[in-house]
Amino acid sequence: MIPAAFEYYRPKDMDGVLSILEEHGDDARVMAGGHSLIPMMKLRMADVPHLIDLQDVGGMSDIELTADSIRIGALVTQADIIDHARLAAAAPILREAALQIADPQVRYMGTIGGNVANGDPGNDMPGLMQCLNASFTVVGADGERDIPAREFYEAAYMTAREDEEVLTTVTIPLPKGGYAYEKQKRKIGDYATAAAAVQIVKDGSNCVSASIAMTNLSDTPIYSEDASAALVGTAVDAAALDAAVAAMLEDIDPTEDNRGPIAFKNHVAGVILRRAITRAWSRA
Amino acid sequence: MPKKMHIKLNVNGKDEEFLAEPRELLIYTLRERLNITGPHIGCETSHCGACTVTIDGKSVKACTIFAAQADGKEVTTIEGIGGPDDLHPLQNAFKEHHGLQCGYCTPGMITRATKLLEENPNPTEEEIRFGMAGNICRCTGYQNIVKSIQAAATEMNAAKEAAE
Repeated sequence: MIPAAFEYYRPKDMDGVLSILEEHGDDARVMAGGHSLIPMMKLRMADVPHLIDLQDVGGMSDIELTADSIRIGALVTQADIIDHARLAAAAPILREAALQIADPQVRYMGTIGGNVANGDPGNDMPGLMQCLNASFTVVGADGERDIPAREFYEAAYMTAREDEEVLTTVTIPLPKGGYAYEKQKRKIGDYATAAAAVQIVKDGSNCVSASIAMTNLSDTPIYSEDASAALVGTAVDAAALDAAVAAMLEDIDPTEDNRGPIAFKNHVAGVILRRAITRAWSRA
Repeated sequence: MPKKMHIKLNVNGKDEEFLAEPRELLIYTLRERLNITGPHIGCETSHCGACTVTIDGKSVKACTIFAAQADGKEVTTIEGIGGPDDLHPLQNAFKEHHGLQCGYCTPGMITRATKLLEENPNPTEEEIRFGMAGNICRCTGYQNIVKSIQAAATEMNAAKEAAE
């Protein structure tokens, strides 16, 4: 499997990246780890006449923790996230999700920036970023702008990032309470049949806030405001779980594919969300 | 026609320089340009792990990285891990514990396992299975691969202790 021919660039700074993007428009693509893009290029489903490798552009490989937020550079790999002890303590859901992405070899190369920017509904980080209410910083010729993750995804592979912009940073408000990232997949390395990201805050015996997002059950990741609201003020009992699952099912729109028919996807989505809420609640 | 690139790699301790099209995948560089045929092409879609090599300390599937991306880096293949006259403890353990049948996945398995044991010298069975999840074997059912890696870990730890 040999991709179509392309020109390869490895600029040393962001100005170099942006000038190539400006010159070639949508004939140019940036690449971080390449583990989404290269397979697509090999299948000739992606045609990239000008490939810009970001590996030598500095300043995008750090994880910074402050009192109220986490900033993760776009080139931070899934393996970096798994190995970062302070990050795992501050936001354990990131490590829990990263461990369920692909396999060890892919996690050494695959980055958080590529995972969220690609816009593949099968990717796990976009759903997680809905749950965590993250924002993405993109840079273009006119400077930087921040886009909330919940407004970033428009359709499969279509995002609010312009072709001549580069996603540089993921910023996450420090998550609170119990957490869970539950993923049902056919085998290790597979995309989710259904996955759920849940953060829950408990006060006394009641839930005071909840955030629920789903992966690979629509052409974008789904933040379910109604499912989240269904838990608030409850003791997360059976009735609350039923209400949250019912609300979530209203928000997703799965399609039939080789992971199963729509009825099966809805069923699995319900099972996975119940497990995620139950586990997050037990940790809250 | 895009111009060829001047690429330098250090493969198994030896410097290599060549001109290649940017679209040349590292697995083809190794196998067809440098005649290093230990890394195999299995699925060629980044699933099976038969092409696993080590690049600057990371296990990487050589079918999913362009040689141009590896420019300036150190690459280790099974050939750099051990040979017929000086088997690596993992190679010896795979032989002793029937960790292979057809052998097609073995170079990738052992190359990945060297990194796994470097990061975790005392893995449990579960950690081995999780850490080897990027390598597929269609013969063994994995049981003997797990056994081989456990045996190699024991031997390597004993050797390290003896040296200390």
